[in-house]
Amino acid sequence: MERRRSFPDVLAGGIFVLIGGAFVAGSLGYELGTPLRMGPGAFPLLAGVAVAGLGLAILVKGLVAGEVIAFGPIPWRAVAVIVAALVFFGFTVRGLGFVPASAVTALLTTLASTRVRPLTAVLVAAGLTVAATLIFVVGLQLRIPLWGPWLGF
Amino acid sequence: MELLDNLALGFSTALLVQNVLYCFVGVLLGTAVGVLPGIGPTATVAMLLPITFSFEPVTALIMLAGIYYGAQYGGSTTAILINLPGESSAAVTALDGHEMARQGRAGAALAAAAIGSFVAGTVATVALAVAAPPLARVALRFGPAEYFSLVLLGLIVSIALARGSTLKALAMIALGVLLGTVGQDIYTGTPRFVFGRRELYGGIDFVSVAVGMFGVAEILRNLENERTRVAVINRVSNLWPTREERRRIVGPILRGTGLGAALGVLPGGGHVLASFTSYAVEKRVSKRRQEFGSGAIEGVAGPESANNAAAQTSFIPLLTLGLPAHPVMALMVGAFIVHGITPGPNVITDQPALFWGLIASMWIGNVLLVLLNLPLIGLWVRMLRIPYQVLFPMIILFAAIGTYSLGFNAYDVYAIVFFGLLGYLLIKCGCEPAPLLLGFVLGPLLEENLRRALIINRGDVTVFVTRPISAVLLALTVAALVVAVLPAIRRRREVVFTEED
Repeated sequence: MERRRSFPDVLAGGIFVLIGGAFVAGSLGYELGTPLRMGPGAFPLLAGVAVAGLGLAILVKGLVAGEVIAFGPIPWRAVAVIVAALVFFGFTVRGLGFVPASAVTALLTTLASTRVRPLTAVLVAAGLTVAATLIFVVGLQLRIPLWGPWLGF
Repeated sequence: MELLDNLALGFSTALLVQNVLYCFVGVLLGTAVGVLPGIGPTATVAMLLPITFSFEPVTALIMLAGIYYGAQYGGSTTAILINLPGESSAAVTALDGHEMARQGRAGAALAAAAIGSFVAGTVATVALAVAAPPLARVALRFGPAEYFSLVLLGLIVSIALARGSTLKALAMIALGVLLGTVGQDIYTGTPRFVFGRRELYGGIDFVSVAVGMFGVAEILRNLENERTRVAVINRVSNLWPTREERRRIVGPILRGTGLGAALGVLPGGGHVLASFTSYAVEKRVSKRRQEFGSGAIEGVAGPESANNAAAQTSFIPLLTLGLPAHPVMALMVGAFIVHGITPGPNVITDQPALFWGLIASMWIGNVLLVLLNLPLIGLWVRMLRIPYQVLFPMIILFAAIGTYSLGFNAYDVYAIVFFGLLGYLLIKCGCEPAPLLLGFVLGPLLEENLRRALIINRGDVTVFVTRPISAVLLALTVAALVVAVLPAIRRRREVVFTEED
């Protein structure tokens, strides 16, 4: 296997260092305690140092002798649309109610595919909304109102 | 015979109408997600976990277990028919299984997989019933120091078995442990890393982590380059293998079952390793070595038996020690806890009906799977034609509804987004998501036992090496770490995984 500088390695190492470092900084704000009575900060500090240390090792290794992995394209449209759909669901399910929140989420999600035709998207979204309502609200008695207070009825 | 009494109790529980029904639902769903590429048992169990809250505990566990081993079964169908492993452990099955399908022997390949899986499932269920009680008795003597060392060992072994970079797998475990510290501290009640949000006091829900990492991230991977699935074989005929083929699959099935039952106990992808190892073994012992890769039925029967046996025995660490060996087992821990049962050595004595009922249900599930897979194969073939454009919106929508219904907390839904994106990025960088989930579930156990051991022993950190069982476990941990890092052994391990690619 050919080994050389690897962008994915450096990126992965960077993510680990960043998250590990953030937790280390955060855990210093809590009481560390003694070995006999470890405070709330001690264990996250240990784990955070481990994550950051391993991340640093991956980063350095990635600069000199990284794994050769194809990073590949990022489907930006899918990322944006799916994030929007999920956030929309979380934000509106209480206010709009189960049916509208599900329908919009499903419709948005179908748009993540670059191949979907508008009519198909609407049909899929409608079908999924009906199926989800039948399964979760009718079948499993989930206690979410079908139509929420924001709609005014 | 104590074992027979216990099994009788188990069957009387498992044969209750609602338990058989949900066992059927479980294996049916499991087969479906195993057949469909792009959604695995981890995401499915995670999504369905919330809806099992209202069930009886034993019923819920029977159904969730059914999804897990059903998926191992279903994965082989896709591997054989369209050369796409529906589940990671079915990757080897595709090698010879798909070749057989191209030669018009898809029926024989499917039958070999189904018969092998059934035999393996039966034997491994018995192994589980025999091995679990003595192990649980040993585990009852474990103190916090032993548990700490055991959890550590489990985490390290899980990466020694995984494929890919050891360093990254270690980092993923540590990251999982770290994320598991979010929420209130168990001893002092101090909220940690909650950013002042009351919604985070209970910690991050592991369902959100699993759905994000295994559901959303996987969908994003699949949407990178969309292509239509290659033509599916339309009709499967001649299911029953010929006399010659029947003779040829006996040995591989038995060897695969033994290998799988042994390797399944190991944490991490024991079932994946089992199927790869079984294939390598069959290739070595076979007199028709040159046939492998171009449609040898041994190459289907062996690995399929191995991964199904491993799927059953991977319940042993969960039921005796409370340690999950696989991300799905990690979710089962959650299922136990939701029903007020702490998974571990006490389950067998405190909840004998649940323990033996679950084991007996696995055998019933295996019978149902044979019925589902062989006569109904046409149904699964047709299901493979569902376009991905319909499938992935369904997964996203059900994931959102499922996680929201956990606690009617919108933060659980936002957490899927976060873990989906994080998981996607890390997977693209060559990091496997499974170690992170194991670390996330086991992290709190690690912390709790570490702190408790130190309190009991007055802050003396040498307790972990002076207590004999703990010392042995730690020595094994170090050995596993050395094995994972040493270049020579690493290379051989890569050979096991890549020889057949």
